[in-house]
Amino acid sequence: MTRSLLMGSEALAEASVLAGCRFFAGYPMTPFTELLENFAVKLPGAGGVCINAESEIEAVGMAWGASSTGARAATGSTGQGLALMQEALSEITRAELPLVVFNMARGQGDYYQATRGGGHGDYRHVVLAPADLPEATDLIQLAFDLADRWRNPVLLYGDYLLAHTHEAVDIQPLDFEPLPGKDWALDGSLGGSGRSRSVNPLGMEKGSKRIDPEGLWKRLQAKHEEIERREVRSQSEFTEDADVVVVAFGSVARTVRHVVAKLREEGRRVGYVRPITLWPFPLAAVAEAAQGARQVAVLEQNAGQMIDDVRIAVAGSAPVRAIGGISTDPSSFGIGSLLEPANVRERILCALEDREIPR
Amino acid sequence: MSEPRVLSTDAAPDEAARVIEPARPKLLRGEDHDLCPGCGEPLAVRVLLEAIEALACEQRSIAVMGIGCYTALSTLIDVDSVQALHGRAPSLATGVKRMRPDSLVFTLQGDGDMASEGLQEVIHTAARGESVTCVMLNNGVFGETGGHMTATTVLGQRTKNTLEGRDASYHGHPIGMAEMLAPLGGSAYVARAAVYDARSVTAARRMLQRAFESQLAGEGFSFVEILTMCPTGWFIPTAEGPGYLDEVLGSVHGVGELKVRGELHEHPTEPEN
Ligand SMILES: Cc1ncc(C[n+]2csc(CCOP(=O)(O)OP(=O)(O)O)c2C)c(N)n1
Ligand code: SF4
Ligand SMILES: [Mg+2]
Repeated sequence: MTRSLLMGSEALAEASVLAGCRFFAGYPMTPFTELLENFAVKLPGAGGVCINAESEIEAVGMAWGASSTGARAATGSTGQGLALMQEALSEITRAELPLVVFNMARGQGDYYQATRGGGHGDYRHVVLAPADLPEATDLIQLAFDLADRWRNPVLLYGDYLLAHTHEAVDIQPLDFEPLPGKDWALDGSLGGSGRSRSVNPLGMEKGSKRIDPEGLWKRLQAKHEEIERREVRSQSEFTEDADVVVVAFGSVARTVRHVVAKLREEGRRVGYVRPITLWPFPLAAVAEAAQGARQVAVLEQNAGQMIDDVRIAVAGSAPVRAIGGISTDPSSFGIGSLLEPANVRERILCALEDREIPR
Repeated sequence: MSEPRVLSTDAAPDEAARVIEPARPKLLRGEDHDLCPGCGEPLAVRVLLEAIEALACEQRSIAVMGIGCYTALSTLIDVDSVQALHGRAPSLATGVKRMRPDSLVFTLQGDGDMASEGLQEVIHTAARGESVTCVMLNNGVFGETGGHMTATTVLGQRTKNTLEGRDASYHGHPIGMAEMLAPLGGSAYVARAAVYDARSVTAARRMLQRAFESQLAGEGFSFVEILTMCPTGWFIPTAEGPGYLDEVLGSVHGVGELKVRGELHEHPTEPEN
């Protein structure tokens, strides 16, 4: 085991290349920029390509083209850039192409964007939300595996802390189940044989005038339902006898995990659930944790987005309360006081003691 | 490709006439399509396939399809293809080519797709000198949506939203795509063709072939604009399509080669045989 002190962006680029990523395209924006810089450094040496695209729309288009040849490809931005990519992200889902997308978000206000999306039609993306860098370097390898396995975009939800903090990491290649071959990948070789390939999001098939969008969308729906059954991931601790169950994700959950462990040492009956997949959301884990709890407290760094999914999961079996909120510094990069342990502790105590959250 | 056979016409044939080879390009899976009678797009696509065959690139070509009437033809093209969003084909082609540098990669877009919705894509792809060929079928309208003005619609042209003809003071001016892309440092071959008669169709095939040759030689970005008839979107009788194309669109969007092997031609001319 060799641990190195790496900036999050460098570690994520390194783990991606280790996972076989050979194409990246992006457009600079804080706090995503360093990820692009690191891909630009690492990919050429690995036989890959990194393009400084002329916009996020072109970045996702380039990654789409690369993915259609079977290459492991990724793109990313912050929520703003991802907003520009939405049309492509939903269409790529319909084209059933693998793609890994980083959101180095400015806080947690992009939860809706990540889990609901702003693209057209019925589509879903797997969304992975690491709490720290060692977990992120594993989850990004998982992201490339899941993208290929399900032929679906997978989004990694990070933030300024993940992208910019130096942490000690030991990046090791993970083993995954064997994947099916990419017989759909375009290489031109079957031209003229009557069996040329087609990557098509519209339900069109070579050699046929029939277009079957309904069949395509139903197949996608069945696939997404299968992903919901198979790919849910979460972490829970101290929930069996908890009065208050805190639900939090990403960097915020990292602080929550630490604070809850301390409060337990002090004998407070508090536990937490940390969704690792924001979609599919760990409905069963949250529902189970809520059993017997006096209150479910949602601590997210936004005006209240994940709380919708928590309410769906809890389904009225316990009161659900928001104890997070908008929290940022003047840079607007989302590094607000809500991330401080003292603040998180105070908010959880408010839930335990049925006090108002100080504004 | 087999050598074309030439029949002697000096004397009466000694056997009855028969088909000696299929006239249809091998890469065309069929000829049954739902585009309008008199549409120029199937013609343009056909000569594009012929150009691929002439270069023996049948098994190394990858198409990136835009969104317009020509999209429906992608099922007839026996070439690997990826369907892009409206306007976005050049960036997909970039990703394809970077991962498959030995392939012949081309886009098939319309004027609405390339010049209206996705203008920035093609300009940057050209400036980058990306080793792909972008093909724009220019009929001066959104044919697919029913004949609306695009960025190439010529002044005076009637469309659904320029009912009295395009008026510069109200609707702005058309963009000459070939003229805009030719001066860019990354573009190596830029030409404009048309498909309104047998001669222009032959020239279009030649220009496509020369664009593909330029790509295969690694010269940089190549671009072929092809003026195509759209009698439906022009609201004229089918038979008047070729004449309208030549006179109305052709008088503004002049046919010829604007740039060859990175050299600008001051007076665009059609390529020699
Ligand atoms: C983002 C987006 N906007 C609008 C459309 C609707 N649309 C489909 S085809 C088309 C115009 C196509 O024009 P062109 O590329 O010139 O092709 P033509 O139909 O003339 O062959 C439009 C506007 C779309 N598909 N996507
Ligand atoms: S509307 Fe125009 S471009 Fe479309 S198929 Fe008809 S003639 Fe062709
Ligand atoms: Mg058009």
